[in-house]
Amino acid sequence: MPKNPNVKKVLVIGSGPIVIGQAAEFDYAGTQACRSLKEEGIEVVLVNSNPATIMTDRDIADEVYIEPLNLGVLEKIIEKEKPDSILPTLGGQAGLNLGMELEESGFLKSHGVKLLGTTALTIKKAEDRLMFKETMEKIGEPCAPSQVVENIEDGVAFAEKIGYPVVLRPAYTLGGSGGGIAHSVAELRKILENGLRLSRVGQVLVERCISGWKEIEYEVMRDSAGNVITVCNMENIDPVGVHTGDSIVVAPSQTLSDKEYQMLRTAALNIISELEITGGCNVQFALHPTSFEYCVIEVNPRVSRSSALASKATGYPIAKVAAKIALGYTLDEIKNAITGKTYASFEPTLDYCVVKFPRLPFDKFITAKRTLTTQMKATGEVMSICSNFEGAMMKAIRSLEQHVDSLTSYDFSHLSKEELFSRLTVVDDQRIWVIAEALRKGISYSTIHEITMIDEWFIDKLNNLVRIEKRLEKEPLTPELLAEAKRLEFPDSVIARYTGKKEEDIRAMRLEHGITAVYKMVDTCAAEFEAQTPYYYSVYSKDEDEASSKVTKRKKILVLGSGPIRIGQGIEFDYCSVHATWAFSKAGYETIIINNNPETVSTDFDIADKLYFEPLTPEDVQNIVDIERPDGAVVQFGGQTAIKLTQDLMRMGVPILGTDAADVDAAEDRQLFDEVLQRCGIARAAGETVYTAEQAKAVANRLGYPVLVRPSYVLGGQGMQIALSDKEIEEFMAIINRYEQDHPILVDKYLQGTETEVDAVCDGENILIPGIMEHIERSGVHSGDSISVYPAQTLSQQVKEKIAEYTRRLAAELHVIGLINVQFIAVGDEVYIIEANPRSSRTVPYISKVTGIPIVDLAAQVMMGKKITELGYEPGLQPEAGLVAIKMPVFSTEKIRGAEISVGPEMKSTGECLGISPSFNEALYKAFLGAGVNLPKHKQMILTVKDADKGEAIGIARRFEALGYIIYATRSTANALKEAGVKARQVNKISQESPTVMDLLLGHKIDLVIDTPTQGRDKSRDGFLIRRTAIETGVNCLTSLDTAQALVSSLEHAQESKRDLEVIDIAKI
Amino acid sequence: MKAFLILEDGTVFEGRHFGAVRDVVSEIVFNTSMAGYLEVLTDPSYAGQAVCMTYPLIGNYGVCLEDMESERPWPDALIVREAARVPSNFRCDLSLQKFMEQYGVPGIEGIDTRALTKLLREKGTMNGMLTTNEAYVLDEILPQLHAYTCGKVVEKVTCKEKYVLPGARSLEDNGPVSGSSVFRREDYEAAKAGDLSKREKRPSLVRELNGSGLRIALLDVGAKRNIGASLAARGCEVTVYPATTPAGEILAAQPDGIMLSNGPGDPKECGSIIQEIRKLYDSEVPIFAICLGHQLMALATGADTYKLKYGHRGGNHPVKDLATGRVYISSQNHGYAVDPKTLDPEIAEEAFVNVNDGTNEGLRYKGKNIFTVQFHPEACPGPQDSGYLFDRFIENIRTGQTNRA
Repeated sequence: MPKNPNVKKVLVIGSGPIVIGQAAEFDYAGTQACRSLKEEGIEVVLVNSNPATIMTDRDIADEVYIEPLNLGVLEKIIEKEKPDSILPTLGGQAGLNLGMELEESGFLKSHGVKLLGTTALTIKKAEDRLMFKETMEKIGEPCAPSQVVENIEDGVAFAEKIGYPVVLRPAYTLGGSGGGIAHSVAELRKILENGLRLSRVGQVLVERCISGWKEIEYEVMRDSAGNVITVCNMENIDPVGVHTGDSIVVAPSQTLSDKEYQMLRTAALNIISELEITGGCNVQFALHPTSFEYCVIEVNPRVSRSSALASKATGYPIAKVAAKIALGYTLDEIKNAITGKTYASFEPTLDYCVVKFPRLPFDKFITAKRTLTTQMKATGEVMSICSNFEGAMMKAIRSLEQHVDSLTSYDFSHLSKEELFSRLTVVDDQRIWVIAEALRKGISYSTIHEITMIDEWFIDKLNNLVRIEKRLEKEPLTPELLAEAKRLEFPDSVIARYTGKKEEDIRAMRLEHGITAVYKMVDTCAAEFEAQTPYYYSVYSKDEDEASSKVTKRKKILVLGSGPIRIGQGIEFDYCSVHATWAFSKAGYETIIINNNPETVSTDFDIADKLYFEPLTPEDVQNIVDIERPDGAVVQFGGQTAIKLTQDLMRMGVPILGTDAADVDAAEDRQLFDEVLQRCGIARAAGETVYTAEQAKAVANRLGYPVLVRPSYVLGGQGMQIALSDKEIEEFMAIINRYEQDHPILVDKYLQGTETEVDAVCDGENILIPGIMEHIERSGVHSGDSISVYPAQTLSQQVKEKIAEYTRRLAAELHVIGLINVQFIAVGDEVYIIEANPRSSRTVPYISKVTGIPIVDLAAQVMMGKKITELGYEPGLQPEAGLVAIKMPVFSTEKIRGAEISVGPEMKSTGECLGISPSFNEALYKAFLGAGVNLPKHKQMILTVKDADKGEAIGIARRFEALGYIIYATRSTANALKEAGVKARQVNKISQESPTVMDLLLGHKIDLVIDTPTQGRDKSRDGFLIRRTAIETGVNCLTSLDTAQALVSSLEHAQESKRDLEVIDIAKI
Repeated sequence: MKAFLILEDGTVFEGRHFGAVRDVVSEIVFNTSMAGYLEVLTDPSYAGQAVCMTYPLIGNYGVCLEDMESERPWPDALIVREAARVPSNFRCDLSLQKFMEQYGVPGIEGIDTRALTKLLREKGTMNGMLTTNEAYVLDEILPQLHAYTCGKVVEKVTCKEKYVLPGARSLEDNGPVSGSSVFRREDYEAAKAGDLSKREKRPSLVRELNGSGLRIALLDVGAKRNIGASLAARGCEVTVYPATTPAGEILAAQPDGIMLSNGPGDPKECGSIIQEIRKLYDSEVPIFAICLGHQLMALATGADTYKLKYGHRGGNHPVKDLATGRVYISSQNHGYAVDPKTLDPEIAEEAFVNVNDGTNEGLRYKGKNIFTVQFHPEACPGPQDSGYLFDRFIENIRTGQTNRA
């Protein structure tokens, strides 16, 4: 069926800010889909509140709205743009929900807008639990049987019917308390009795227990003619019980025979056919490990994280094909872009093994529980490809950038056999390391399997790695042993460690015996057809190398990606990498990307001329450099991941384009930077570098508390803290020194003032500053967690000029060629520098979009030798835009049990959204709305602040009161408010008698908690519990009074303006 | 032990030996299925060939004997990147290595299967030798390789005597309908302890006994078990005939329909069988043919076949039903194809084509209740998407409808 000629203008809904469970994969999917639509001559209107995305670029869509993803806003956009169709299946769950709301309210119909792709009924059938169950029953596909019971006898009868074990989930208890798994009638009676008592409504759900079953996923596609194919299947190494986003996943499935594989494949196709999905869909199954019994866990009627993974694992562009299907094409009409010979109806087949590892944020939330459950906690992921499973596993581990490079990276050798038995029952991010230790201690495969339910095939593979590790430690290093270790992807550095040799010696021995990496192609068809796109992975073997024959004589540039998405290094750096790639490509260079993140646009096969899907370690990069011999590398755009490789690249003889490595060092090295500042005449907070806690305390006492403590060479302020006492210094230094520090630690006097930030492009002579951003929260809150305002609203002209001048001087002194990001503190009319980073930053996409200045493109061009004036720009600080753009951080801390949520010097947010408006307050309101703060609802709030904040809190409380809010406050805050004439209802602390703060929160009638924490990381405090309970029950919780001020201003504005929002097409700025 | 794969163009791959120790000369082909190596090994169509699996990790779930598609493996050798040392699956009876040793099938592992596949893709299917003799002499071997043909292999693989597969009397006979299996610990424990009658039955796709009462004659020119089983599961009583059975004998039994199976080798080697098939064509009995059966029917009615450069072997080929425009993913295993240019338009027309390369995938015979497909609706290994063709065959028999495929 050819394209539907009635589709001319399509609204695509993005997924909003990056949060855990909804990350960069939707930028990848959305970008690919928009490009696919534009290829067909369709006008694309895009809405997404996330400014860090590539999809919100004006080259990706024709009209771009960076607006809150909210019903009212979408209606406005539809009324303004009048699209004929809307495509909601590419923006994750957020986009899908909005599409459904628009459809169900009748708005789409009344405005003559068609829902493209999957219909509303289909989505309902897939998403509505009851309808889904009925649909599955109709076609004979089993869901885990479950029933709500209100007494013990019904529970016993039902359990008899479905078989033990059963899971019991009491209705309406916090955090699922009172539930459990019953293996027998006796256990069932005991748990059920307790559960019925604890449940507020006296109901308990009894469900067939599928935990421990194999978790298998199928990515399937269907077109409007009913043609169906599977793109890929995947097997979770972690059995059911761990969210697939937190599981180690392998593609294709490894332990299923053809019978099981095809049984589930057919089931997936039956399901997608019955649901009449048009586009991509993900079906998750639980398969009994010793039976053909299976259950459908879930169906996602849209592109998803798994589909991004499947796309990268196979080379099959699911989002692109889904967009074409939405336009009416059938699978047999869509060419496979990788082979150019086959069609989208050809199922991919793999001749390699893919492993995905989750990137968990426990290095950021060190107090959080590391346990993995059905609640996803990973912020990102890495993928690796190899011709054997062990190699893929080893590559994935070292791609994590989490101080792990092998199965000995976490040391459990101190545990006895008995201790290991109990440690094995813990399901956390370190489980495979525990299994490795268990194998070292001789615990049998079957025992490990019985405890973990991980298939013995995987355990055997881990044991293979352990076996090599042992041989390396004990045996002389023969060429054969080395070749085998390399085949299984042991890095040279790890082999050196095990053998007690030097890394250089290992490398020399490898080269002597011809043990080098060769590259194989990902081609969707296992070499059955010739592939067109150079998408490579490496294997250490004597195999044929497929990359060297494709090495060209063109000028080549190597772009280093930014690895997995984590807090502090998010999607912004992928944005920068992709734009840099495009800029070099436009200038005639051949572009080569190395990256390992399957969620991103940069690892799409048609972004660069060549894609190497590889870990970003010196050894892995060296192998590529040896083959490609690039003329230069750019490291400015890939965040810390790429910057860290600078020295190694220089050692390999690859010229670094842009700012010199020595100058990058000068910005990071305390002493060198102090000299630079002195020459520039720029002041900074007094401070020194230290290595030990003793030194730190001495410096702190000399400077006087409070002081800022932080490691150098980190992103996202990792480990950065404001210390008030010697005790805290000790605590923070211990945390920082958990990992060996290559660089000294900085101790600075803490200055309180307004933080500002600039990104600038420098060509060695001139500098271009698109604008100055100002943070709403006072200094001490990490810039990534602050509300950031462009253009700066409170700075005097004098301060602005000073900032521009300082930036110019610094860029000149550091000989910056390309990008520089500088953060300042303005205290009155004085401007102090916080830090300068001669590289791209988190704010680059945001400031590019709101000023319309393509910063990355300009930076890439100056790196190629162009001058700012040649590029058509006037150097210096650019005139301010007529719009206010406010960047709001978005957090996912509710998903990380036990994590402290209060903002501070260490970054905690996972994403951001933007509010744009001619008016500051409206921009602010939009930004809050985009971040999911949609108030007022019940007009009740809780206020509890530390003594130092009480004065300021009164003003805020008064304004909330004027908005009609009922204010609850703990005793001392309530007293302060009452004294100032603000009505406040006193409420008891948690430890006191009911009703307490906790009761209020659990009553679900509270809009907002404002709680400014006292310093320190004491988890047992009331405040911590209040904050956790608030966010876990969906109550907005603010921990900075500056944020609270901003919120109340935005709410006042909303009340005045009756929430009538203006929507702005930023492509027209 | 070292092993070598020597190709007729002189290329030598060095790897490690596994399975039985035996030197073989064979035709080297590749299969792109990611699972189902046992079904591949026991598919009689591979007689006279050595199969290279493009998926690198083979043997992961061992061998489940009940999944065999015939009573023994047929390929001369198996070529893999890595053979699993420790298989894992609840039904696993033995390891792949043991199985190959038992049946005398040699294997080579640790070679660059992707490079081999590319070579076969570019140069076309080649003959080769698998040997463990490190002192091999290329000049002596190459003439042997050039001389090799798989010859008349159908006679080797067909059944020796006719036999009957009783049709399912009830859906329960087929085992649980897929999706309705429920794990029973007691049965599992008993089966594990050796009581194979307690072993969980493989789920079946069949949800209706629409063929009950029908009698089907299946001409075994190298049939995979699941062809007969697919009909029997739908209620048909299937009589399986050796390939050399005269048409008269089959027709005398007055079957309701005739099924021609898949099989190995060059269809043109089957001269006498083709003559008998012509007689079947001339009868008015509805016929459904798969793979070699499809090619033989085409040859019997005057069309021609040709050898494909490197064949289609895998479970991911899209075929398009020209009558409806629908595309199905199919299981394929063929080195020859019917040349549609040689079809007499009065006799047959194309019913299915391959979406990728446009080669013929099925024919519909005019004025006859006959349709034939090049791909494998019986799956095993591979997608079950075209299993509905067995139902169509049954429906065609029942309605006496012609001109449908």
